[in-house]
Amino acid sequence: MKLMETAVEKWSGAIQEVTLGAGADAGGTRTSTIKVGGAAALPFMDFEGVTPNAPVVAMEVWDCEPTDWPAPLREALGDVVKDPAEWARTCVEEYGADAICLKLANTHPDEGNTSPQEAAAVVKAVLAATSVPLIIWGCENDEKDNDVMPVCSQAAAGERCLLGAVTEDNYKTLVAACQADGHSLIGLSPIDINIAKQVNILVSEMGFPLDRMVMYQTTGALGYGIEYTYSIQERGRLAALGADKMMALPVICMVGQEAWRAKEAKATAEEQPTWGNADTRGVYWELATAATLLQAGSDIMVMRHPDAVRALKGVVGNLMK
Amino acid sequence: MALKALDIFKLLPKTNCKDCGCPTCLAFAMKLAQKQTTLDQCPHVTDESKAALEGASAPPVRLIKIGTGAAALEIGNETVLFRHEETFYHPPGIGIVIPDDLSEEALAAQVEKLAGSKFVRVGTDIAINVAAVDDVAGDADAFARTAAAVASAGVPVVLVSSDVDRLAKALEQTASGRPLICGATPENWEAVAALAKSERCPLAVSAPDLDALAELTQKIVATGVEDLVLNVGGEDLAATLQALTAARRLALKKQVRALGYPSLTICRIEDPMANMSACCSYVAKFSGVVLTTLTEPEALLPILTVRQNIYTDPRKPIQVEAGLYAIGAVTPDSALLLTTNFSLTYYTVEGEVEASRVPAYIGVVDTEGTSVLTAFASDKLNADNVTAFLNSDDVKAKVGHRKLILPGYISVMSGSLHEESGWEVMVGPREASGISKYLKTVWQGA
Ligand code: SF4
Repeated sequence: MKLMETAVEKWSGAIQEVTLGAGADAGGTRTSTIKVGGAAALPFMDFEGVTPNAPVVAMEVWDCEPTDWPAPLREALGDVVKDPAEWARTCVEEYGADAICLKLANTHPDEGNTSPQEAAAVVKAVLAATSVPLIIWGCENDEKDNDVMPVCSQAAAGERCLLGAVTEDNYKTLVAACQADGHSLIGLSPIDINIAKQVNILVSEMGFPLDRMVMYQTTGALGYGIEYTYSIQERGRLAALGADKMMALPVICMVGQEAWRAKEAKATAEEQPTWGNADTRGVYWELATAATLLQAGSDIMVMRHPDAVRALKGVVGNLMK
Repeated sequence: MALKALDIFKLLPKTNCKDCGCPTCLAFAMKLAQKQTTLDQCPHVTDESKAALEGASAPPVRLIKIGTGAAALEIGNETVLFRHEETFYHPPGIGIVIPDDLSEEALAAQVEKLAGSKFVRVGTDIAINVAAVDDVAGDADAFARTAAAVASAGVPVVLVSSDVDRLAKALEQTASGRPLICGATPENWEAVAALAKSERCPLAVSAPDLDALAELTQKIVATGVEDLVLNVGGEDLAATLQALTAARRLALKKQVRALGYPSLTICRIEDPMANMSACCSYVAKFSGVVLTTLTEPEALLPILTVRQNIYTDPRKPIQVEAGLYAIGAVTPDSALLLTTNFSLTYYTVEGEVEASRVPAYIGVVDTEGTSVLTAFASDKLNADNVTAFLNSDDVKAKVGHRKLILPGYISVMSGSLHEESGWEVMVGPREASGISKYLKTVWQGA
């Protein structure tokens, strides 16, 4: 088609390709490893360049039972949430998660305040129960994370996990741990391109390779700031395609975590009688958040609800066709 | 596409006669390019040049109006591919597809649903604002009857059929409402374009690919029908998104006027979740009319919200309504935290209060959508307007104590605020992430 050729935008850069998980050949035990990133075009615009790797659909698992998750979510997941390993196994085997995102929520001083060793035991159990790549996320308390994450990193040494998150103000401990144990890193920067870049520069100045980094620019749920995330990610993607290496890293989105905080996802039928079926409304909300962010350029989608995961995998399949 | 001064200069008489008030034709061209003057200031410009200049200054994506009156839908006239470059101006119509083979009761129920399908989000109504009538029965009477019933719901209508007789029949009763005829194909275009012309209705055009589509729009424009919409499909997610992007890009960046029209997508994907995901994607990627076979509120609400979010103006901060918000099972003794009406600031505070599971009030002061520090620095958050908020009826009625938790960043305001309001001012955490801990440890109740 002539016009489709005229429409092609010539990009000089591409997204950095990052490998999640390590198989036996690379010193790990994962039987499935995943490549993310690599796109040399705007999202799914096959007529102008390749999108070699499909976005990854990961599922969030906690190291403790998440008692305050909304009812439709807890009901769908059932009792497996009482056991992180069982939960992770179910996500992979029954719901088809490409990767597991283990959130060490219970290590937070205000929650269970569990020890680094306890957290590491959960990491090991999840690794043993699954064969997909693992993302490990701290409790977002810098001090505690700096105690816990190095121990977890070591417990998972060689598995090429993705560990998060480093920030402008707190990165040295985690960078050193990931360097020693062969993991990759998530750099966190709240909807700000300059800070995102700054984090990537700080980390790479420590000698950490860019092909082991992913950006988390924070995720706004549909209805709650998604437009900021959308535009920041879109700007980041444009910068990357324009050959800005420091912005060319794949992007992770915490979709489930944010979408399930929305009133539209949580409200019961009694509270919102005109908003439709309360059992599926949250699933739609989570899925809509993910589908929209995929259009801005997102590489790893961390989801919560099994039905949203199944549907999103279908969407990804159709986008990559 | 804004014309460059040099392109304009080439079309001027180049006599430097100064009748336009400029010293030279080039100076006039430069002013014109910056829109500081108008072409009619030059009395000597030829008719051909005038036509060329006016054509070139027409918007790259034509503004199309569907429907009439207050409910009319205006789409097109967009200027950018990425919302951060400026903004997206004309939110798409989002509508449901109603087949023409419904029973009378089912149709009446659909029409009633249409008229009432409205949600309120952040103080704004968001609603289905277009409806399509789908020719599935293959029967002119059924199509016309359904069209008339749907038109009575008061939203602009899209008539989906490639059969000119059925379209003509439906237009007998609905043409005055200026429905979108959907539409013309490479096979039927002559008859359908004639119909659009005689009934003065906008026309959606479809073709197997963009080249054929561009060719077709040119042929139709030559017959005098200019209000066109590009029907780019909607079943195949990847192909539709590529067509939407390419059409927009060609119109804006490559001056392909044959594609300088807003787009339309019709999503009939059977699986509701796949259907909704596709519609959300089409809203994000430029579709001007997003039609879906979904009808359930839980599936429509997200699509409408994507439109609301993507079409907000990134140059203006989004605001939440000022006032008192209750989070959790509050009592008159619950803590009261202060913040601004910048939506992101508010949502962050709200999220942290919710996560703490300590019921509390959030007091939102109108700071014109600026964050705490910016608002304080620009005096949009000061002892006066905080005091006015504390003296509001809502606070008096619901808050039984006089202790306010101030964002840590503006602790310097505590003294003046205490003097002005008489309230005890507690200095809260600087970052929202500290709220949970603060409410659980520092806050000891009223
Ligand atoms: S009036 Fe027209 S011809 Fe005369 S100087 Fe101005 S632009 Fe040139």
